[in-house]
Amino acid sequence: MTLAAVRPGGWNLPLFVHIGGAMLLVAALVVVAAAMGAAVRRGDGALELTRVAYRALLLGVLPAYVVMRGGAEWIVSKEGVEDASWVGVGYSTADGGLLLVIVAAVLAWRATRRGDDAPGGAGRAVVVLAGVLLLAYAVAIWAMTAKPG
Amino acid sequence: MSLYDWLLFLHVAAAFALVSGLATFGVLVLGDGGPALRRALAAPAIALWNAGGIGVLVLGLGLAIDVDAYQPWDGWILGAIVLWLVASGVGGPLSRSVRDPSAGPAPERARLLFAVAAGATLLLLVDMVFKPGA
Repeated sequence: MTLAAVRPGGWNLPLFVHIGGAMLLVAALVVVAAAMGAAVRRGDGALELTRVAYRALLLGVLPAYVVMRGGAEWIVSKEGVEDASWVGVGYSTADGGLLLVIVAAVLAWRATRRGDDAPGGAGRAVVVLAGVLLLAYAVAIWAMTAKPG
Repeated sequence: MSLYDWLLFLHVAAAFALVSGLATFGVLVLGDGGPALRRALAAPAIALWNAGGIGVLVLGLGLAIDVDAYQPWDGWILGAIVLWLVASGVGGPLSRSVRDPSAGPAPERARLLFAVAAGATLLLLVDMVFKPGA
């Protein structure tokens, strides 16, 4: 049996914003990986799938990132845990991840410009980046829940 | 890591899978994608929705049993189970509609089913974070 930590009520809304944004971020990345992965594997409908992946990055991943990151700042300021090592894992994953998301968005845009030859090497790179990001976010979820250290 | 840590991590990871499946359903049901998009996204959508749904329920009940402060019959946990049943109830026909639109419900009904699934999932997240009555 475990004694659960009881959260002050004032932490709930920022936590909801943070988790909701993170869930939408991961969900949009899954769409990117599935759509671009299929575009790379198949010839038929590759341009349509590449466009879906690009739109998911632009209209799903990036806005969700802003919500997740804003919620993170909000809940950290409420909890006062700026120096905790598990918060450091979250910051590293989020900030490093943003760079990869921007690179993936540029590559996906380039892939859509290839017309019938889409997605090409840029599409393969987007699949790899999406996979790396999903793995990194799995580590972040572990750090946020287990709170090591 | 303690049992509680593992249960919480896997419970939250399952919730992420559930929402990922739901979002992928959304792309299929709300968008105007063709057969290529359906072939690419239907299988991951159904797999993530099903695995996430089973995971959040089983691991959530495990947490309710493991944690002293919670019981499976607490109001907010019973509410979550009801919401889970609602989401699961619409998930079946929604899965059929994305797998084979000719065999599943009409597009308008599929959009309604998606809205119900999305609403129930959103309320589940609100219930899990705010834990009303806990």
